[in-house]
Amino acid sequence: MANLKDIRKRISSVKSTQQITKAMQMVAASKLKKAQDSVVQARPYAAKMSDVLASLAVRVKPGKHPLLERRDEKKIELMVITSDRGLCGGFNANVIKAAESFLRKKGDASEEIVLSVIGRKARDYYKRRDWEFKTEELNPGKADFSQAESIGRTVIDRYVEGETDAVYVAFTEFKSAMTQNIVVKRLLPLEPKVLAEDEVPVEYLYEPSEDALLADIIPRYIYTQVFSMLLESIASEHGSRMTAMDSATKNATEMTAKLTLLYNRARQAAITTELMEIVSGAEALN
Amino acid sequence: MESDKILLEIASPYRQVLKVEVDEVIAPGEEGQFGVLPGHTPFLATINVGQLMYRQGNQLKYVAVSHGYAEVEYHRVIVLLDAAELPHEIDLDRAEKARLRAEGRLAELSHEDRDYYEELAALDRAMNRISITKI
Repeated sequence: MANLKDIRKRISSVKSTQQITKAMQMVAASKLKKAQDSVVQARPYAAKMSDVLASLAVRVKPGKHPLLERRDEKKIELMVITSDRGLCGGFNANVIKAAESFLRKKGDASEEIVLSVIGRKARDYYKRRDWEFKTEELNPGKADFSQAESIGRTVIDRYVEGETDAVYVAFTEFKSAMTQNIVVKRLLPLEPKVLAEDEVPVEYLYEPSEDALLADIIPRYIYTQVFSMLLESIASEHGSRMTAMDSATKNATEMTAKLTLLYNRARQAAITTELMEIVSGAEALN
Repeated sequence: MESDKILLEIASPYRQVLKVEVDEVIAPGEEGQFGVLPGHTPFLATINVGQLMYRQGNQLKYVAVSHGYAEVEYHRVIVLLDAAELPHEIDLDRAEKARLRAEGRLAELSHEDRDYYEELAALDRAMNRISITKI
């Protein structure tokens, strides 16, 4: 029979854990709201950016810009986007799992792979496995366009220098608070939108020249892509944490109920034993 | 949509700043200001730091813009910018501080420094924000 005092201790410890998970859940919920808003707010820019690029790219020959150029994928860069902090269910584990399976698949094809990590969790995971990183950034949970820009710039530089032939990103796509998809998306080389046969590209006037515009717009498009990936990942992190903490809170409630039952039973048993002792003591006196 | 209006959409990476129907748009292009009236030929241009104006009837309104692009279609103008602010959104204190900071740094740097042009651009943006609140 469990000790009464021990059970009481257990109950209070479960309860205080529950308070923490409950608080974390509420914090995550409010952060999720903000993150979700910024995902939605950023969409028009990203969508229009890709429209503008598409309309530009259909009219230029593939060789015109290094980032549109396709090479044999011999050297691949994989960028893994996770969060800095844990306690968010399977969020980070899932991204890393996807990254691992990508590495296995591409690694079998005897291609050379380099790794970039964003977020402390991915960094720690791959550091333990003795990987070296091309880019290493933290993910403070607040998307910043200038961060996306600096990440994008290093990725582009490596691509242009020929250090990489393709760049893939493993991250979590935000659908809703409940559903998130892990995806591995290709960032470079760019894939210009293919027009349907009946679509006729609009003829534009350019200022300054077409080439100058293209050279300016393509890197910016990459930054936008990185930025929206960061935003989606952050929103997913909060969503995932909220769900995880919600179920943790529920489990704690269940556990408290079970322990309380056990406690009452033990108490009852103790009282019964005590009564028995008194009764038998009194009888012995007779 | 009626043929004598332009749909003006302004977006920055963080948000959609504006989506309104207007009669005319005057934007600070890289090679000088350009005006857009309904029915303009498709046109793609780089935008510089400055003031973008749009006219609704007799009313002229301003937006502080920084580097970006404008895509002009017959009845639509899409402007994608690093940052854009409506006059009432501008934090004058912050802009003043940014101006002083940039001026201070510029005084210490020479033309050869790499940061010189960055600071110059920062000063430009600050001045632009300040001037637009004074209109």
